[in-house]
Amino acid sequence: MPEDPEEQCCKSHQGISRRGFLSTVSVGAVAAVSLGNPSEAPAQEIEAVGDSVTINLSINGSKRKVVVEPRWTLLYVLRDMLGLTGTKIGCERGECGACTVLVDGKTRYACLMLAVEAQEHEITTLEGLMDGEKLGPVQQAFAEEDAFQCGFCTPGQIMAVEGLLRQNPNPTFDQIRLGVSGNLCRCAAYQHIFKAAAKAAELRMKGGAA
Amino acid sequence: MSDFYEELEESFRLSFEPQSSETPEKIQPWGATRIVGKALPRIDAYERVAGAAEYTYDVILPNMIHAAILRSPHAHAMVKSIDTGAAEKMPGVVAVLTGKSPGADLPWYGSRTVAQSKLFDPHCRYEGDEVAAVAAHTPYQAWDAIKAIKVVYEELPFILDQESALKPNAPKLHESGNTAGDPRVTRRGDVAKGFAEADVVLEETFYTSIQMHVPMEAHGSVVKWDGDKVTIWDSTQGVYDAVLLPFARTMGIPINNIRVICRYFGGGFGSKLEIGKYTIIAALLARKTGQPVKLMLSREETLLAVGNRPDAKMTLKAGVKKDGTLTALQLTNVATCGAYSGGTSVGFQVGELYKCPNVQISESTFYINAGRARAFRAPGFPAGNWCLEQMMDMLAEKIGMDPVELRLKNFTNVSQSRNFPYTSTGLRECLTEGSKAFGWKEARAAKKSSGHIKRGIGLAAGLWQGGNGSPPYTAEIRMFSDGGVTIKTGAMDLGTGTKTVAAMVAAEELGIPLESVRVINADTAVTPYGQSSGGSMTLPGLIPAVRRGAWLVKRQLFGWAAETLGVPVDDLELKVDPKANAIVSRSSPDKKKTIQELMQAHGVMDVIGIGNRDPNPANKVTMPFAAHFAEVEVNTKTGDVRVVRLLGANDSGRVINRKTFDNQVYGGMTMGQGYALTEKRVMDRQTGKMCNANFHDYKVPTALDVPADHKVLPIDPGDSECNIVGCKGLGEPAHVPVASAIANAIYDAIGVRPTHGPIDNRTILELLSKKDRG
Repeated sequence: MPEDPEEQCCKSHQGISRRGFLSTVSVGAVAAVSLGNPSEAPAQEIEAVGDSVTINLSINGSKRKVVVEPRWTLLYVLRDMLGLTGTKIGCERGECGACTVLVDGKTRYACLMLAVEAQEHEITTLEGLMDGEKLGPVQQAFAEEDAFQCGFCTPGQIMAVEGLLRQNPNPTFDQIRLGVSGNLCRCAAYQHIFKAAAKAAELRMKGGAA
Repeated sequence: MSDFYEELEESFRLSFEPQSSETPEKIQPWGATRIVGKALPRIDAYERVAGAAEYTYDVILPNMIHAAILRSPHAHAMVKSIDTGAAEKMPGVVAVLTGKSPGADLPWYGSRTVAQSKLFDPHCRYEGDEVAAVAAHTPYQAWDAIKAIKVVYEELPFILDQESALKPNAPKLHESGNTAGDPRVTRRGDVAKGFAEADVVLEETFYTSIQMHVPMEAHGSVVKWDGDKVTIWDSTQGVYDAVLLPFARTMGIPINNIRVICRYFGGGFGSKLEIGKYTIIAALLARKTGQPVKLMLSREETLLAVGNRPDAKMTLKAGVKKDGTLTALQLTNVATCGAYSGGTSVGFQVGELYKCPNVQISESTFYINAGRARAFRAPGFPAGNWCLEQMMDMLAEKIGMDPVELRLKNFTNVSQSRNFPYTSTGLRECLTEGSKAFGWKEARAAKKSSGHIKRGIGLAAGLWQGGNGSPPYTAEIRMFSDGGVTIKTGAMDLGTGTKTVAAMVAAEELGIPLESVRVINADTAVTPYGQSSGGSMTLPGLIPAVRRGAWLVKRQLFGWAAETLGVPVDDLELKVDPKANAIVSRSSPDKKKTIQELMQAHGVMDVIGIGNRDPNPANKVTMPFAAHFAEVEVNTKTGDVRVVRLLGANDSGRVINRKTFDNQVYGGMTMGQGYALTEKRVMDRQTGKMCNANFHDYKVPTALDVPADHKVLPIDPGDSECNIVGCKGLGEPAHVPVASAIANAIYDAIGVRPTHGPIDNRTILELLSKKDRG
């Protein structure tokens, strides 16, 4: 079964309370704090995020060594340090799903995971579904079924479906709906996303995008 | 009226006046089509699903730094002092910008002709007004520094609704007061006479709430200077009108020194039709630091500071005869536009949708201390539809007539406001074919449940004031010697499939495969002028220009071939051949010339057709129409509303691509479902701050909310007059009537009229308890 977004939040903090995590890490949440009285959030507190550390990440099957600030999210490191901009930024507070990636094959919001937490895990991003220049089956199905409009939430939707199908290769309609329910699409291409997910299941069972 | 409406008005004026003395040469309508009308995947689907599509948010440049904006935390305040000393010393900070920085004391026009504020205005009129900005090596450092800026504010009393705005001692938002322009009144006929002629007169007050755009890609820009030349990547609905021209005016630099690019775009829905302060702030910081600057807004900022659909308090009085003839419609609308001018008009559709000789519409707008209204998908129309189409059902019930029949009874093919006939209207078919496909009669005849889950059905008709398209639009169609084609256009592809339908139309006209067409768009240094994408006018604006350009290429090549081969032009066709595409005589197929031979013989390597949009026909009006149908289940114990099924019948003229057509109807209707049931800006009356400036508390429809049964029914009236392709706009009319259809279905289910939108659980329970109390 796909993971519940709430459950993802809880898993992601790994020892940091959710509130603490959000107020010190997420850019979106920092914006919220910035709108309060500046004297309530002295700069010293925010500066105390620790020195940069070198971490080893395994992304799409390749090992990467990156120097990061401990507060940097996996999302920020994927995009701004590694140039993997297929993963999108939608809210930076675990509410929209645009940054969905697979962590050890399971869907996770990359904005709710620190890069330092991602060590020892296998990270798969949209780019990792490609076979050279060839689309993976879920990507192929999304293209054929026109399962997007602006396409900005699409990488997250594709990763949500990929994660779903890895756990449940032949989902029912309701399981598909639930599987992408943590991924908002403001253009509301949901009907085509449902079709694409069903088609992707077919393509995968046939063994590829053919 | 908003600028957006003024632009629409302008397009109507254009449509009544010939553009030049030269009448463009007539192009015959297509007979049977090979490509147009099919359901095809997008030509840029690969880029979008592979992650290769470069959105503004994805632009990463060498030496690029990141900016963030400090915004007023108060609903209404005066900035007394700003101390940036600590911020400037923060790690990674490269520059800090305030209104006192050199070059930053700029009047703020936005897309308007009058400046209502400054880039950084010390008078902060809502929670979110810009106060200062920072550029730093990482976004984290920029946000840290924002917090270290010390601002002393003098807090002022604030107002959040029109009642308080009108009080004699109300705090003033602007020197002129809190009234945004004079009340606007439009009249036709005599409403008093109309009401006197009516057998039934009803009056009701309807309310709609403030809806937020929340496109998935936040607003923002990346700006890079090279000396006095500047390149701007902007998440915008118009590289020319929304960014290039206002940027040139604000910064006082020549147009051709500015390049604006937006090839992939993560949604706007109207909120990106005007330049943002963020673009200018990024440009000032980039110039100051000599480094490219990226400034993307946070999700919270997109909910506070870059627009919304305004609210409306609409009192509608309507008169009808026993046979269903409408005799008079009188609407009074009072709305708020937030802290600065923004369009709030809802009346046009009320006076336009049905034949009605006596109409009076009065509208007034007030400033409040909150984020400003901007154009939002069919500005004013879902709200106008909310009162008109619920009123139509109320009248139908009162005179004992089927709601579909009442609407058909008042059908018109003449624009009521403009007094010219429509080039086409499929409204009648939207209603009749739509109700047939929906099973309207059967569903109405079905027995109501006696349990606590009540089912109901409803419909609403609608139209959209835009959707016609107009000049100017230019498309450059360039055919290479192997027969492949590149289209260049400044038009946007908002996700509606502009590029794909442009390629389909060019391929159709030229007789080449769709795969042979590539589209380069929305780059002001490369592509010819295209209007901003708004008003559902991109397809009917651009696509005829594409056909014209392709037709010119074809005429050139066929002309050369006819001359060389000694056969008439209409005996020729383009024969696709993997080895060499050729122009061939139909009557004697051995007579042929490859495209390469023809080009070589005339000393060129390509043939370019510059297609301009033809003027619209004189004394005619073009609009798209729709009828939407809904079935809902209401849980009378919890107040939950479940949308069980939806059907959208839309007349947007010729369907170019059935796949993207369906997708837009699904999307427009789903956004309307949010408007009907869940979407609402909530303000804290104690602090004047927005309570739900995030995706968790601001509820947009999710995959679990949309009905499994959602049908799309295109109605094509075969419009041969509107333009040379016969297409009308779709994005907005697909959104207009659905919320009212859902409201009507809820009434059908529970027998109480839900006049206040959105109809959330609490609203339902309040309605039911009122009903119980009698």
